[in-house]
This record gives sequence, structure tokens and C-alpha cells, in this order.
Amino acid sequence: MNIFQQQHWIVGSVMSQGEEIPRVSTSLTSEDIMGAIKVRLSISRMDYAVEPGLYVVGSPDATSPVLVSANYKLSFDNLRKELEGLDVWILVLDTKGVNVWCSAGKGTFGTEEIVGRVRSVGLDKMVSHRKLILPQLSAPGVAAHKVKGDCGFQVIYGPVRASDIKNFLKAGMKTTPEMRRVRFDFLDRLVVVPVEIIQWAPHVFLLGLVMVALSGIVGTGYDVNLLCTRGFMALIIVLSTFLAGSILCPALLPWLPGKAFSIKGMWVGFIIWGILVLSECGSTLGIHFPLEAWAWLPIILAIISFIAMNFTGCSTFTSQSGVKREMRYAIPVQILLLVIGIALWIKAGLL
Amino acid sequence: MKYLSNVTTLKLDDKKCIGCGMCEIVCPHAVFSIEGGKALISDRDACMECGACSKNCPVCALSVNSGVGCATGIINGVLGGGECCGSKDCSCS
Ligand code: SF4
Ligand code: SF4
Repeated sequence: MNIFQQQHWIVGSVMSQGEEIPRVSTSLTSEDIMGAIKVRLSISRMDYAVEPGLYVVGSPDATSPVLVSANYKLSFDNLRKELEGLDVWILVLDTKGVNVWCSAGKGTFGTEEIVGRVRSVGLDKMVSHRKLILPQLSAPGVAAHKVKGDCGFQVIYGPVRASDIKNFLKAGMKTTPEMRRVRFDFLDRLVVVPVEIIQWAPHVFLLGLVMVALSGIVGTGYDVNLLCTRGFMALIIVLSTFLAGSILCPALLPWLPGKAFSIKGMWVGFIIWGILVLSECGSTLGIHFPLEAWAWLPIILAIISFIAMNFTGCSTFTSQSGVKREMRYAIPVQILLLVIGIALWIKAGLL
Repeated sequence: MKYLSNVTTLKLDDKKCIGCGMCEIVCPHAVFSIEGGKALISDRDACMECGACSKNCPVCALSVNSGVGCATGIINGVLGGGECCGSKDCSCS
């Protein structure tokens, strides 16, 4: 119990069947919010986990509902902040600190863990009913009929979003079709941007450095002075293209024409290239020659198309067969574009 | 928003289905409807191959090659780094 009581979100406890069960707060403190921001910005991604086990909100009795949660703290916080005024049990599973969707996909939010956790906390003695409410998005990992067979508890899939839980309970544990559907809203899409940027930044930086090294190639030899001018500008363009693409692709996703993400990304590439050429042609970025401006088009398209394609993992509607099919076409095209672009760009330097 | 058409590996064995409605409940993209006591795939292209329906069908009437539709994960898999990017919230939490 000691480790529980060190957590700021634990507010007292209740006694049930001779055991002390920690009670959790339903409001998030600035500490919770800062923690969430840090995790989202990938500053501290590890160990954002809640100790698995049984918790309560309010003062539940033997007839109160049991909500099952992943032990990723963001998922847990997301749930408890919606439970104000309720009396419920929360069964926190050991999902290795991973969210519901990803842990269900890996099977850690799964039948075995649920059955084992129900037994280890002695849930059958704490409640008189035999129902567990699971987040709908855990269904890929859980076989409801097997849970029932193994421990007698019936799995009821609740809403996708914790914010619908009160309405779900009020309706007698019934979800509406709307509650069951995943959405992929503007904020859902933007919140994953930092993770994506951090994931690919080193690779893109490397590409920029290669271009810096190549920028010194002149007609007859190698001009080191160019590294700091033309080369440096190339690095800046590559990095800003990457950053702009990482934000614009997810932000504009539903409005970009095409189904494949790599094609959606191409449109953003055209926009960024257009802005670059219009605003900087012949000025500070040193794009003096039309060829150099043209060279940047395939390079930018390749970068943005790749970044957009990798956004498939963050989305909630791309299938693995679909992504594999998309990649089969997109990756060769992206590589070709990059090679053509860099060749043109080197050529532009020779002029 | 819809992803690519005609790619999903989802299959429904009509003869086995007992019309319990579980697939309709667990599918996050409303792919199924229950008509005449049988499940019907009414929006096939919306399927994201999450595997929730096949996992929860009590009579194994559904099959799907489930997996994460994530390019980064597939690239990592090909390069030998495991099938996931390792992110703790690669999609919604
Ligand atoms: S879960 Fe299986 S048995 Fe039940 S309706 Fe769907 S396909 Fe039919
Ligand atoms: S695999 Fe997932 S998205 Fe596809 S039909 Fe089954 S539950 Fe729906």
C-alpha cells in the first residue's frame, strides 16, 4: 500500500473484504497535466505507468460497476477524470505502461491478463455481480467468451471514449453506435506530431548533412566555401520541409486528395515547394537558377510523401494489408524522386 | 476518411455465423450489420484489420490477418527491429 500512497492522485482508501483499496481522485492536477505534456513531447516516455490492481472512485459497494483500464497513466488519467460523482471499481491491468489500443494489438491487454488480475485481486469477493466493463478498443486483444469461460465474468464493451462512460452507465451499460466508432479528429491527429518528428528527425538531419557534403562539388573540384552557403541552405530547407510536412500532413489529412497517405503527402509537398520557390527564389536561400528550384521539387516530394506515409501508424483506420500495398508502390517512387532531385541539385551547382 | 479499397483480408463464414451480434459491437468502424439473424459485411473497405471481430466471434465465423497498419512498424519489422515503433501511444489512447 505504501507505494500507492506516495501517488498524489490517491485520495484515501476504502476497506473491502479486509483489504485496503486505494481511492483515486477524479480531477487532474497540474502535475498530471505536466506529466501528460512531457510524455506527448517524448521528454519522458518511459515509466509512465500505474501500479496494476484494484482501485475505487467514490464509495462503491458489491453492486457497483467494474471498469477495466490499461496501466498507461495517460489512459488511466483519461478515464478517472470522467468519473466524478460516480461510485465504481477500477481494475487496472498490467499492460506494461502501454495504451489500450496498442496493448490490445500486442495481446498484453488480453484475456489472460484480465482473468489473472480478476483472480489476484479477488474480484469475485468484492462484487456480487459478474460483469466487467472494458474499453471498446481493447477488443482486438480480448476474447469476451473466453474471459467468461475462464473466470465467470461477462465482458461488456463500453464506449471508445472515456467521456461517454457516464452516458453509457446511465443507459444501463448500452453503447450507441456513435460511442463505438473511432474518430480521428483534428486534435487526435496533432497530438502525435511530436512523436513523429522525434522519430524521423535524425534520419532527415542525416539527409541534410549529405546534401551539405555534396554542395561543395563544383565543375572541376570541390569548393569548401560552398558548404557554409549553399550546403547550409540545403540543410535548412530539408529540415524546414520536414517540420512543415510533419505538421501540415496530419492537420490537413481529411482534405488532401487521394486515399494513400503517400499521395496525400505529395500535395503538401507541392504546397511547400510553391511557397519556397515563390518566396525565396533569387533571394536569401540562394536559389538563383531555375534548375535548382526544379531540383528541390522531387526532393521535397520524396521527404513529405515518406513522412505522410509513416503517419499511417498514428491513424485509426489504415489496415496492414493496405499499408503494405501502399508501401510497395510508394517507397520505390520516393527513392527515385530523391535520387533524381539530388542529381539535379548537384547539376545545378555545376552551372 | 477511407483508406485503400479492396485490400482487407476480412472473411465471414456465413454458415457458421449464429448472429450473436458481437462483431457489430466490437468493430470500431461499423463494418458489420446484423440482418436476418446473420452478420453481414456492409462496409468492407472501412475495415482496418484490427482483429477485434475475429477474436470475439464465439463460433470462429470470422477471420482476418490482423496487424498494425503502420508504415513505421513495417519498416522496423523489415529492418529487424521488431514490428512496432515502440511508441506508447502510436494511435489514440
Ligand atoms: S460474432 Fe460471429 S457469430 Fe456473432 S454475429 Fe458476428 S460473425 Fe456471427
Ligand atoms: S478487423 Fe476490426 S475493423 Fe475490420 S471488421 Fe473486424 S473489427 Fe472491424
